[in-house]
Amino acid sequence: MDLGTHASFIWAAYAITALVVSALLLWLFADGHRQRTALKDLDARGVKRRSAQGSNERAP
Amino acid sequence: MQTLTQRLANPTRFMELSGRLLPWIAGLAGALIAYGLYLVFFVAPPDYQQGETVKIMYIHVPSAWLAMMGYAFVAFSSFGLLVFRHPLADVSAKAAAPIGAAFTLLALVTGSLWGKPMWGTFWVWDARLTSVLILFFLYLGLMALRSSLEDESLAAKLTAVLALVGVAILPVIKFSVEWWNTLHQPSTGFTKSVDPSMRTPLLVMALGFSALFIVMHMMAMRNEVLRRRVKSLRMAEIERGEPAIRTAAVAE
Amino acid sequence: MSAFLTLVSRDLRLSLREGGAIGTALGFFLVVVTLMPLGLGPDLNLLSRIAAGILWIALLLAALLSLGRVFESDFEDGTLEVLATGSMPLELVAAAKSLAHWVSTGIPLALLAPVLGILLNLDFNVYPALVATMLAGTPAVSFLGAIGAALTLKARRGGLLLALLVLPLYVPTLIFGISGLSAATANAGSFGPSFAMLAAISLASIVLGPLAAAAALRIQLQ
Repeated sequence: MDLGTHASFIWAAYAITALVVSALLLWLFADGHRQRTALKDLDARGVKRRSAQGSNERAP
Repeated sequence: MQTLTQRLANPTRFMELSGRLLPWIAGLAGALIAYGLYLVFFVAPPDYQQGETVKIMYIHVPSAWLAMMGYAFVAFSSFGLLVFRHPLADVSAKAAAPIGAAFTLLALVTGSLWGKPMWGTFWVWDARLTSVLILFFLYLGLMALRSSLEDESLAAKLTAVLALVGVAILPVIKFSVEWWNTLHQPSTGFTKSVDPSMRTPLLVMALGFSALFIVMHMMAMRNEVLRRRVKSLRMAEIERGEPAIRTAAVAE
Repeated sequence: MSAFLTLVSRDLRLSLREGGAIGTALGFFLVVVTLMPLGLGPDLNLLSRIAAGILWIALLLAALLSLGRVFESDFEDGTLEVLATGSMPLELVAAAKSLAHWVSTGIPLALLAPVLGILLNLDFNVYPALVATMLAGTPAVSFLGAIGAALTLKARRGGLLLALLVLPLYVPTLIFGISGLSAATANAGSFGPSFAMLAAISLASIVLGPLAAAAALRIQLQ
């Protein structure tokens, strides 16, 4: 595809956009994974919300 | 009959709903951007003045729109927090800011790359780029203020006030920058009217970008809801001491 | 009304007693203006062309120095809480403090500017316009700056954060201040409109600034 004399600028612009968008998505996925892992971990330890307190909780 | 925002006030409900919607909007965003890229590279004609470099417009203009849309999200959410005390308003504001800032930065970079072939320099103090640069500083201010305060609830409200001050002053800044520009530059800048053959690819890319923003904003909000859950669980754990100690005390 | 004036005069007396605050701002103004030719070269022609810009920017930076303290000392010793629960609305408290800042910092800076203009070979004919635009524009600096001061009261690295938050707010004032001076230099007719915009922005800041500052203060005091 011939994008003319300034092709490198066009590619650079699209590449940077792709990079930034990918980085954002990566961060969003990674952060979500981190939170879900932490929640799973807390759940395994039997930590409940205050609203769930009062019920009989066995020791882990 | 509850309004949409009222129904979404419950975080659990929001997580349910957003979890179901997310794949669809993501699919839409992907399809629109893919179609848009096809149009840009295989259908859209070169500009008779700028040649092929006009193709940068198809990402620069949507980025600039998202820069403003992001700030609108922040301002709208801030209003929801301060006036209606909506439970998810701060989550929304906090989620929107970094994404909006990223697209603002993209708008500046792509604008600069567009400008070099056109005007010969990587930066020009024209009205649009200057306004976007100041918008970038407004975003930075929001994020800096929030991160400088440890009390999250305090940070939420103060950032909301700042966002509303920003949105009030933005039109004044835009106006003054445009005035300043007409004083100093002979009128150059981008052609205001877009050729019809370029409007469709531009519209498709703009819609695709917007859908992408909504996807990312939703993901960020979901992450923030989870993060707050984690934080409150950890605090509850600390408050009640180690589980082993707790059950020993209960056993007594 | 008298409560308002009492607060203003009390703040003025406090800042005079501190003395250093006003002196520091004026001194900073002088230092920054002096640095410019050192950085840009002593070509008087060049300097006279950019003098207006240098003076305005230096003034904005100097005013920023003392803005952090508008609410700080009263916040720290509990006076702000007393004022907040008193009979004067918090918006008026914020307005009083902003006004005191303008009188104690903005006006002196605006009056010093012509003297510093000599260092920059500013065209003498522009001097009246210089003082006029600065006196008309500095209220915005104080009243908008107070919003930043209220927002950054409890923040770490408050001073730098204040600058980041507030400088974008100063852009309209800066632009119209300078365009008025350019018009005055070129003897063009557009001084009037620029000055009117400048004054309008300041007036709007006087009315709306305290609203935002008070909102922020209320949140800080919760």
